[in-house]
Amino acid sequence: MTWEPVIGLEIHVQLKTRTKMFCRCPVGFGAAPNTQTCPVCLGFPGALPVPNRTAIEWVVKLGLALGCEIAPRAVFARKNYFYPDLPKGYQISQYDLPSCIDGNVIVPLPDGEHAVGIVRAHLEEDAAKNVHVGGRTGRIGGAEYTLVDYNRGGTPLVEIVTAPDIHSAEEAKRFLQLLRQTIVELGISDAEMEKGTLRVDANVSVRPAGSDELRTRCEIKNMNSFTHIARGIEAEVERQIAVWESGGEVEQHTYDFDVATGTLTPRRAKEEADDYRYFPEPDLVPVEPPEDIVDRLRSELPELPAQRIGRIGETLDHERALVLVTGGLDPLWEATVAAGADGVAASNVIANQLVGAGVDPGAVAANELAKLVEARDRIPRTAFDEAIGRVGEPGFSAEPYVAQEVVSDTAALEPVVDAILAANPGQVEQYRGGKDGLLGFFVGQVMKETKGQADPRAVNELVRAKLAG
Amino acid sequence: MTAGVDTLRLTAEDALGLVERGEVSAEELHGAYLDAIGERDPELHAFLRTVDEPEGSSIPIALKDVISTRGVETTAGSKILSGYVPVFDATVAARCKAAGLTLLGKTNTDEFAMGSSTENSAFGPSRNPWDPSRVPGGSGGGTAAAVSGGLAPWGLGSDTGGSIKQPSALCGNVGLRPTYGTVSRYGVVAFASSLDQIGPVAKTVRDVALLYRIVSGRDPCDSTTVELPAPVELPTAERLDGLRIGVPRQAVALEAIEPGVRSAFEAVLALAEELGAHVDECDLPLSFEYGLPCYYLIAPAEASSNLARYDGVRYGPRSEGETYRDAVERTRDDGFGAEPKRRIMLGTYALSAGYYDAYYGQAQKVRTLIVREHATAFESFDVLATPTSPTVAFPIGDKAADPLAMYACDLLTIPSCLAGLPGLSVPCGLSEGLPVGLQLVGPQFAENALFRAGHALERALGLDLVPERLRT
Repeated sequence: MTWEPVIGLEIHVQLKTRTKMFCRCPVGFGAAPNTQTCPVCLGFPGALPVPNRTAIEWVVKLGLALGCEIAPRAVFARKNYFYPDLPKGYQISQYDLPSCIDGNVIVPLPDGEHAVGIVRAHLEEDAAKNVHVGGRTGRIGGAEYTLVDYNRGGTPLVEIVTAPDIHSAEEAKRFLQLLRQTIVELGISDAEMEKGTLRVDANVSVRPAGSDELRTRCEIKNMNSFTHIARGIEAEVERQIAVWESGGEVEQHTYDFDVATGTLTPRRAKEEADDYRYFPEPDLVPVEPPEDIVDRLRSELPELPAQRIGRIGETLDHERALVLVTGGLDPLWEATVAAGADGVAASNVIANQLVGAGVDPGAVAANELAKLVEARDRIPRTAFDEAIGRVGEPGFSAEPYVAQEVVSDTAALEPVVDAILAANPGQVEQYRGGKDGLLGFFVGQVMKETKGQADPRAVNELVRAKLAG
Repeated sequence: MTAGVDTLRLTAEDALGLVERGEVSAEELHGAYLDAIGERDPELHAFLRTVDEPEGSSIPIALKDVISTRGVETTAGSKILSGYVPVFDATVAARCKAAGLTLLGKTNTDEFAMGSSTENSAFGPSRNPWDPSRVPGGSGGGTAAAVSGGLAPWGLGSDTGGSIKQPSALCGNVGLRPTYGTVSRYGVVAFASSLDQIGPVAKTVRDVALLYRIVSGRDPCDSTTVELPAPVELPTAERLDGLRIGVPRQAVALEAIEPGVRSAFEAVLALAEELGAHVDECDLPLSFEYGLPCYYLIAPAEASSNLARYDGVRYGPRSEGETYRDAVERTRDDGFGAEPKRRIMLGTYALSAGYYDAYYGQAQKVRTLIVREHATAFESFDVLATPTSPTVAFPIGDKAADPLAMYACDLLTIPSCLAGLPGLSVPCGLSEGLPVGLQLVGPQFAENALFRAGHALERALGLDLVPERLRT
């Protein structure tokens, strides 16, 4: 039997507002522990939350970008549980009336486009940061003591929940790349997994391919890069398939992904058996974004990554478009094409050589890059590589590089080829004895001898002719 | 008697006059009240602590100990907050300071304002200045006893289901529970956020209006506050011509109302008619049948969440334990008294998965009906009148062992609290030598109308509100 994975994602994004969600303490990294705090975010008696207007606008903006309906009336709710990182004993979140519902993101896949539903996107406050000291697991159970840094507590978070519309680890990864790029371009978060400003949990189940049942799902937490997410999902899918195929039954559970070993460790059941006793937060009034503000935010939306992939994908292919757009490379690509470069060639140069050389695409003058793309096949390889490495420098000019010509004149190359063949009689004999692969060796030697100035194609032909002769 | 001031009779308005005219300094006045406290508070136990060095240029004020005061311990009557010294002022405390008022001290309260007698205070009950064997009411019994015992010219209380109005009635003071949202809750230790309101307690309606003027109005730190639609007016009129007073049939039919309370209430209604008011019966059947049970689902539910922050991690005493959970459980077990524990249990149950719809959800629906029922009544009436409390002050210990009997003290005050409406308690007579309060309830933002009605009745009644045994 073939199995189909069914995956839903829960994504937390820390907003980069200037101040926290419900108080005016600054948001940011790196401050000394417990210095960015006040009576509100420390949960002192009588302190009351006041919502951050910017955070509310930003969740609306994100909701619009994800094709969501914006709730005319959203309600904050209290999620009650005891944990040292939760100073009030409850987290202010949204529950039955979130700010954004019912969206949809188009993910380009090699076999076409696939829609991933967005169930909801809502605002909440982040918990403080616990550092469990001692113990084996890094979790509270077994730790000797726990240090709490309340600086992070109260940072605005958006939680995005997808429908279980994702059917492979690869698709999950692409969806997340696209989502991340959208968030970054909206300017609402850095969305960096290693910093924890983007966090992803995955709900995974499997079912016989072709069926539409939903089997018991498991949750995977603690994955800190897109690659780990894909690996974690793959591991869980394999585990579940093995359970079903051996006649067992998958049980609902939460797993932590262990980055070092690539394996999943189950959480203790006790830590997940919670009744959060949600109820509407009586200290806050409902969020009712006026229609004119929603309209303004809608009109301010830039062309979004998904739209650009669709548009660029018509010229290139979706694969290349996805790489360019999720890498933030498409503005340069468009400008380079506009300056006269071939689309596919420009895409290859930008996505491979330029990124490989570590050049900041934002610093590149597109018309100079276009000249390099155009000249790529007729100038010496070394000149091209050097030019790409420097194309981001201020005042860079392509002229000196594109003016260089490869040596393809047989008269100039012949003495070099003869000398190389004469110096390597053993290899010549082996080649003639049938070892065709040695052709590359001779070409390489010639290129080296000419310091990369020779035209590889001309050298190739010449070497082949000489050896045949 | 310091500086020739009779603190038992001096109104806040007159005290303000003395200070403004320079006849008495702020320090002297503060000192006069400290002397009165020194003399009578050992018996009354209205104050949990006093402030000996006055800061301010005007008259003193007593604040219920649920109101955060920077640098002055604030316990909410609970052991779990003993030793807690706020680093910030509640907005109402800041507004009092800005008006020049000097903080006289923090007054006793039932633990977390949960109670109707102050017997639930972790620091011992306060006593009624009219009869120290009796309770002053609660939860704001400390402020009420302080004002009627001449220990403070006025004070602020908090009212969730009657904690300003009921003790004001039992001690012979005027007390206002304002419209929900007109006074900031910022910095006031929360009991039930959708019901908690801060309000003044004083000797006269005009004093109450003056203090309401100081503390009311929108606060950017409390999202549920609003600006007053009209400025606060000090009442002057002595007639009630054209005022339509509705008397809820279902309220006056309650058997719990003592005969002496009933006759004082009926007498004040007759007086109101003489002053030109029209008095008629009205109907609020749901409010008085379901108000109390509805309140005892919503208030404990919110309390169970509001009291979750007391875990001993950041402030307050901490009981040691083997694990985090252990330490938190012991801290809460040692720190909370029986009543908060009872309400945390009730509220946790009412919010639990599987019970939410039947309890908390249902109570919210009933609350909406109570709001509507009041709105309908105000189509025909300007104010609604009932006794504030079904009884006069009861003996200490009388109801302490029976939570349901204690809860029933607020039978008459709770419905308008659920509806978010303003209510004024004004003394309207004596029964068995103890004060009886009249509760006047108005539509939202009708404080000025309540002040006018209360003031006219107060003038016409001309009661001597100094406790008989303290008169000289």
